[in-house]
Amino acid sequence: MAWIKERAVLVLGLLVLVYMFVPIFVVVLMSFNDPATRNVYKFDGFTMHNWLNPCEDPSMCDALGLSVRIGLLATVVATIIGTLAGFALVRWDFFGRSSSNVLIFLPMAAPEIVLGSSLLTLFVQGGFAGQLGFWTIFIAHVMFCLSFVVVTIRARLAGMNDVLEQAAADLYATPSQTFWRVTFPLVLPGILGAALLSFSLSFDDFIITNLNSGSEVTFPMYVWGVARVGLPMQVNVVGTLMLIVSLVIVLGTEVNARRRARALAT
Amino acid sequence: MSSPAEAGAEPGDGLQVRALSKSYGDFHAVRSLDLDVPRGRFYALLGPSGCGKTTTLRMVAGLEAPTSGSILLAGQDITRTKAYRRPVNTVFQNYALFPHLDIYENVAFGLRRRKVGDVKKKVDEMLELVELGAQARKKPAQLSGGQQQRVALARALINEPEVLLLDEPLGALDLKLRRSMQIEIKRIQTEVGLTFIHVTHDQEEAMTMADTVAVMNSGVIEQQGSPAELYENPRSTFVANFLGQSNLIEGTVKTPAADVVTVDMHGIDVSIPADRAHTDGGKGWIGIRPEKVLIGDAGAELDAPGNTIPGGVVTDVSFIGVSTQYLVRMPWGQELQVFAQNTGRTKIHSVGDQVELSWRPEYAFLLDHAQDVHAGSQEEGA
Repeated sequence: MAWIKERAVLVLGLLVLVYMFVPIFVVVLMSFNDPATRNVYKFDGFTMHNWLNPCEDPSMCDALGLSVRIGLLATVVATIIGTLAGFALVRWDFFGRSSSNVLIFLPMAAPEIVLGSSLLTLFVQGGFAGQLGFWTIFIAHVMFCLSFVVVTIRARLAGMNDVLEQAAADLYATPSQTFWRVTFPLVLPGILGAALLSFSLSFDDFIITNLNSGSEVTFPMYVWGVARVGLPMQVNVVGTLMLIVSLVIVLGTEVNARRRARALAT
Repeated sequence: MSSPAEAGAEPGDGLQVRALSKSYGDFHAVRSLDLDVPRGRFYALLGPSGCGKTTTLRMVAGLEAPTSGSILLAGQDITRTKAYRRPVNTVFQNYALFPHLDIYENVAFGLRRRKVGDVKKKVDEMLELVELGAQARKKPAQLSGGQQQRVALARALINEPEVLLLDEPLGALDLKLRRSMQIEIKRIQTEVGLTFIHVTHDQEEAMTMADTVAVMNSGVIEQQGSPAELYENPRSTFVANFLGQSNLIEGTVKTPAADVVTVDMHGIDVSIPADRAHTDGGKGWIGIRPEKVLIGDAGAELDAPGNTIPGGVVTDVSFIGVSTQYLVRMPWGQELQVFAQNTGRTKIHSVGDQVELSWRPEYAFLLDHAQDVHAGSQEEGA
């Protein structure tokens, strides 16, 4: 009894970690699966085949390419607009600022299915019924990424004292020098965080995309489509690659932070 | 646009502020302020929080636009000049060091913006001056409060501004460090010979460091002068109470226009030199610093040519080593403070003793009765 009491936190913690990591482990494992039958949900044997032939189904790679292109483009555009909006909302006192601050939350709060269907209505009403595709997906993605970017940038700016900008002005920096030498470097971590968030939101999105994509197929739509007939194992390869990329980014920032902390100690 | 500098102030020298005002809606932070700071001076703006001293400083720095009035620096009207074009640098209250730049780059910031040559030599010299040569490649967060303070000072000083502004620069430091930084800053000012304007609410700090102190209250300068002048001959109850402590006793002026003003103080005539009387007649506040008051047993011979004020009763005695502080209740009901040096020659009185007080007339001052007798008293504690 006492033994359990002493280790309750440890045991519970381990159980939670297992709970969280089992699905990821399955993805990595299945990327090496060599299914003997059509039943792709069973691990039959180890193979490197899936990794060596990632584009065995060319439509999967097409879908993946589309998702990456839309993700990058939507991220860049949403991050730029969102950063500017975040600055305006924190730094300028204009008419309607407080209501804008509330309204910015609406796209985050509204159910995706509602946003998606109303966007579709808008596109069709606007006469774009025949042109649904890359650009309508892009417009939709920028829209829902924007709120997240604004909120992230706003939080970063709100935590930053404008006395640093006054100090820069006091030290002969023109407004543009102040921005690029002081404000921007200090907000940059927030901007990068917002960009990462945008990309994963865009890459991941299914509901809104599905409603507004016309005949285009993004990666989540592809997976959804083929899941009924049997997933190609390469989907797991893509999943594992995504995992590796995120791990590299997380570890990179961690190592960087540690190095900085070590520099602080000396 | 700018009016010519008034008589006495040489144009092209130091800082001149004329009728400077700043209002936020109905609130007047600074009211028609005039200020003359000759070049090379260590000038302190002293006042309680909210008196407008920081606002004044920020207007000189260009971080706040005046509502009206003008600011002249080295003969140039800089009232509407942008902050980044003014030859003025500030040491901010919480230093405002750039967290993403190391100490070297923080100090070099102003030089680089102005494209001044020989950055390395100048920065190295400046870091030597503030004894931070070894810390050049550290980030501000790695330094202690006192070191950050010195970086902030170096970052401003290196630009050799016409005026260096210090906004409560020692407020965030503990008492011991504050004392040593006061001496340090004073040493640096003497060494570089630049004009310093120092804003503080700490009267001891202002008196230790500055050669001229201006006492500010509710947006106006109450009085300015050398620390000794302000302390010995205050012109208002605010200055009398804010700088040290004062006994202020009600009195009625009997002979106004002589060399020595005679005042009736609850039935006793006391004299005050005319140059220390700051009221025109009628009623007034007779001021005397607690350490100038002599205390003795009733009937004893006191070493003062002034009048003896009998009938006091000691109500409180605090022995604090170098001196003893008494509270003495006078016949008219007021309690006066008396500080007596513990020279060993005078006896230490105890509570309930019958005593009489005296002081030399040349130490007393007379203030306008219309002023609040409690103005500037430091209930908040320093």
